[in-house]
Amino acid sequence: MNIFTRLYYRYRRMSKAMRLFLLAAGPGIIVMVADNDAGGITTYTVTGAKYGMHLLWFLILLGPVAYYVQEMTVRLGAVTKRGHAEAIFSAFGRFWGWFSLMDLVLTDWLTMITEFIGMTAALSIFNIPPIVTVVICWIIMGAMISTGRYWTWEKIALFFCGLNLIYIPAAFMVHPSVKDIAFNSVVPHFPPGGFTNELFFLLMANIGTTIAPWMLFFQQSSVVDKGLHEKDIKFGKIDTAIGSVLTVVVAMVLIIVCGILLYGVPVDDAAVAARQIMPQSSIIGTLIAIGLFDAGLLGAICISLASSWAFGEVFGWAHSLNAKVREAPWFYAYYVFDLLLAGTVVLIPGAPLVLITLFVQVIATTLLPAALVFLILLLNDKKTMGEYVNTRWQNIVNIGIVAVIIVLSTLYGVSTLFPDMFK
Amino acid sequence: MIKDYFNSSYAKIREINKKYKTPNIEMSKWVKVSLLLLRLYLFTLIGLSIYKFITLLK
Repeated sequence: MNIFTRLYYRYRRMSKAMRLFLLAAGPGIIVMVADNDAGGITTYTVTGAKYGMHLLWFLILLGPVAYYVQEMTVRLGAVTKRGHAEAIFSAFGRFWGWFSLMDLVLTDWLTMITEFIGMTAALSIFNIPPIVTVVICWIIMGAMISTGRYWTWEKIALFFCGLNLIYIPAAFMVHPSVKDIAFNSVVPHFPPGGFTNELFFLLMANIGTTIAPWMLFFQQSSVVDKGLHEKDIKFGKIDTAIGSVLTVVVAMVLIIVCGILLYGVPVDDAAVAARQIMPQSSIIGTLIAIGLFDAGLLGAICISLASSWAFGEVFGWAHSLNAKVREAPWFYAYYVFDLLLAGTVVLIPGAPLVLITLFVQVIATTLLPAALVFLILLLNDKKTMGEYVNTRWQNIVNIGIVAVIIVLSTLYGVSTLFPDMFK
Repeated sequence: MIKDYFNSSYAKIREINKKYKTPNIEMSKWVKVSLLLLRLYLFTLIGLSIYKFITLLK
């Protein structure tokens, strides 16, 4: 075989692998980008405004953490062909099953409300009234599922994922110092002022936005609905890895933009940040507002689906995006009900939105450790996973990550309940 | 109609409870300890939340 023949075969092999990857890709990228939801965008803008670029290294560390946790759901979904809710019911029985399902439903619904809060706040910058925003969201989300094809839904979701990268041009426009970015990304250090309670709270908020219970349920159900098999696991892992890189890039870019334009300015949320940036650069302010809307939309799409899939799995309803509305009426009914209920709450005058946001943090804290422990136990069950059971190295990494997340998320939940405890 | 809906929902929940009555995971010592610790953790956190709720009401 001459060199040209070898090169041709290598090209054919790469081309085939790429086609297979493109067929399997989707769930990992979508879940990871949707992880940067409205709450996440707010956390990053506050982090940037408060501490500049000093915490970039911490965000980079969170990328592999998210990857390792989510990668387990790819294996679990591809091997068992079951969603996360059904897997918990089956493995741990009805008590833990109901606990997980109810906690997920409540957390998802409350988180959905925060997504709508983010979307309405983002479009209010362009003088669009909240009711119009909510109706637009309902129409988009309803249209996405109405085709009865997973592929169509996934393509639209990937389009919104692409839109999430809108922050990247903003980072170039603020002309950051490459040297500063490199230093703050590579050298772990605390910002001026040292390790304070405020910094601790913000670090935990960043962890909370990176790993969320709904992500586990969403990706596993998505893998099952897409029909991935054991042979697709390697592509699912690459998909998840690309997603984790994208999620970190978006987070870093936002921190860079806000760290340069709003450093030292008190900022409560991303919409406020966009408004404050407007006088300096209307383009960047607009990009942040559009990005916030997109983040909320993507988050709401994925979160509502995570709940619908979970209910469908447990109640035995037809629960696939490949099913038409008349074929899976309860699955779609729950999805629509969730959207309508969350959107309506935001429109109620005087609704306790701040209290809801606080509740999300506390309830997510109760579910996250449970969900992570179940995940580790399931991935170590030889009977369920066969040859795809966690290896010793995977266990060392994953148990280490889960232990740290449990400790930090508990402290986060407790500090949300008792803010004076750590002062 | 509403009564029928609740009756069928109740029947469905009973069916689910029956179906998932027994955990399928191999109950090794490691699994049992993990689930016990998880229960303790959740009771503590729920206890703290209830305490917070009561103190807020006061």
